[in-house]
Amino acid sequence: MPTVAPVEVDGYVVRAGYLIDTAFFASGEGDIVLSGEGETKLRPHKAGLLSAEPTVDGKGLITSGDDGCIFVSAADGSSECVAERPRKWIDLIAAGPSGALAFASGRTAWVRFADGREKEFAHDRAVGGLAFAPKGMRLAVGRYDGVTLWWAGTEGAPVELSWKGAHLGVSFSPDGKYVVSAMQENALHGWRLSDSQDMRMTGYPAKVKSFSWSVKGRYLATSGANAAILWPFFGKTGPMGQTPLQLGTRGDNLVSAVACHPKEDVVAVGYQDGMILMCRFEDNAEVLLRRPGLGPVSTMTWDTDGVRLVFGTETAEAGIISLQD
Amino acid sequence: MTATQDSQAQIPVTVLTGYLGAGKTTLLNRILTENHGQRYAVIVNEFGEVGIDNDLLVESDEEIFEMNNGCICCTVRGDLIRTVQNLMKRKNAFDAIIVETTGVADPAPVAQTFFMDDDVRAAAKLDAVVAVVDARHVLQRLEDTEEAEDQIAFADVILINKTDLVSAEELANVEARIRSINPYAVLHRSERCGIDIAKVLDRGAFDLDRILSLDPHFLEHGHHADECGPDCDHDHHHHHDHDHHHGHDHDHGHGHGHGHHHHHHEDPHSVKSISLKAGDLDPNMFFPWINQVTQVQGPNILRLKGILAFKGDPQRYVIQGVHMIVEGDHQRDWKEDEPRESRLVFIGRDLNWDVLKDSFQACAAQ
Repeated sequence: MPTVAPVEVDGYVVRAGYLIDTAFFASGEGDIVLSGEGETKLRPHKAGLLSAEPTVDGKGLITSGDDGCIFVSAADGSSECVAERPRKWIDLIAAGPSGALAFASGRTAWVRFADGREKEFAHDRAVGGLAFAPKGMRLAVGRYDGVTLWWAGTEGAPVELSWKGAHLGVSFSPDGKYVVSAMQENALHGWRLSDSQDMRMTGYPAKVKSFSWSVKGRYLATSGANAAILWPFFGKTGPMGQTPLQLGTRGDNLVSAVACHPKEDVVAVGYQDGMILMCRFEDNAEVLLRRPGLGPVSTMTWDTDGVRLVFGTETAEAGIISLQD
Repeated sequence: MTATQDSQAQIPVTVLTGYLGAGKTTLLNRILTENHGQRYAVIVNEFGEVGIDNDLLVESDEEIFEMNNGCICCTVRGDLIRTVQNLMKRKNAFDAIIVETTGVADPAPVAQTFFMDDDVRAAAKLDAVVAVVDARHVLQRLEDTEEAEDQIAFADVILINKTDLVSAEELANVEARIRSINPYAVLHRSERCGIDIAKVLDRGAFDLDRILSLDPHFLEHGHHADECGPDCDHDHHHHHDHDHHHGHDHDHGHGHGHGHHHHHHEDPHSVKSISLKAGDLDPNMFFPWINQVTQVQGPNILRLKGILAFKGDPQRYVIQGVHMIVEGDHQRDWKEDEPRESRLVFIGRDLNWDVLKDSFQACAAQ
């Protein structure tokens, strides 16, 4: 039986995840709760915290706030301000290879390299999402009317992927062959990078705000409907002409967050009422992980072994769900 | 639909418009410094003059997003969507939001953001559009720019500021000109934006339940919407009518020119208001009609508001709209001493009074 160990947080949980074995819960009010051997609390930002993302090596937590600072905090409770844009609200960050990180505010994105160097990437219109490619110092910037792919380490013209409308969240498939963006409209848009072939994934009743790639990138699980929608990305054509899997369908509730299991073809599905189910791709078998709570599940992440799932909600609830006692 | 539509949970948003130098920043500073117990998150397009240390002061570059739904006027402010979503991560830090627009901003995308984006709509609701105008310069601004006119036409509350810099006669001219553009807004006069803040904030101007409380013309029978007690059984489950998926042909074929005899406007391209009246309406006629009108003439309709009586329906139906967005709902029972009368008001450009009047009256119940 899964057990839920609640964790006390002070507000909207922007991101919950792991720094190696230490669970973290970053709240919009500014607190970062670290839960490992014991529990510690950090508060690097002066006021609110807008986004949080673990570094690629899992040793540090990158956070940005409405104080214009980017901090990297470690599991030992230390924090360092690595970049600052006074008076800007830095609401987008991404963790890159070799200790690099990216952040954005308004129309500008920046990459900060491990040695402290920074590089600016200007766009004509608002930046909506950032993601590093799985290999190489390549940054995808979701923006109005498309996605721009920059080679951050070199000078050179970017690749522009165009599709009308505002592109918000952006993600590379784990094999690096596809880029997918979530749009202001209730749709995903994708590009096959080999030939810039467009892919439209529509039919959502709400905006897609959470997505997660399954083991080996076979499926992309998404929120935004009354079931988790999983688009197949195996085969030559990806999701084109394919019907997505629909897991954990509920008649009266929308899925607000998804997290694919790191080892099995299983996805954790969080709903607007705070319920969390675990669903198997093969037969849609469901296991209840958490009963409904006060509000929408805003974030979920599995540990590397796939035995514990951390979650947080918009309504200041958080916890660690263990599959094994 | 996503999340809750419970109006209790939605954060009220006040939009401040006004030409550069009219006194927006003075009003904003006044709101922020006055001791009223409210905490505000303020979205400005430029720091600078706001001399207040408020950690929830956000600078936001205007980003107009076109919605890919075929409506040419369905634009929203992408930066506001982003900022409101970020603010919702700190819900406990503030009670209300104030959006200060640039002097030349079109207020429509700002207002539409609060109706078009589901996440924003679940989190926040537009309270009122407040325009600050400079008594001394507004007439010249109206000559020079369309934006100044739009801001007045769009406003629920208009603050005529710097009244100490004009004569009584000049002020009367200014008021008459403003009234000719927008007879339905509440007008206040001030010097250095010295006004009771309660007259500017928490107006509920887009609230269907309170839609008429701001409108002096609707109050002439003495039924103040604010007087509805808690037993008034207001229906809070608004049925938002968001039917935008149609190609919008712009049929400007209806001839201009013959509206002048009915209305007090000289320039056919300036904003004017049209007030329509009828008795009981046939809903099967009215709804297709209003959808058609807003689809075809949406770009020219800045605001619309109305109270309607439908045949056989004991309740008043209230509607309000911005360009092509229309929403409506039952409000309350008609009172016994209240004449069952349908009234509909449009504020816009190039609206043909005759055509609208005739087609509206064709919706009358037989």
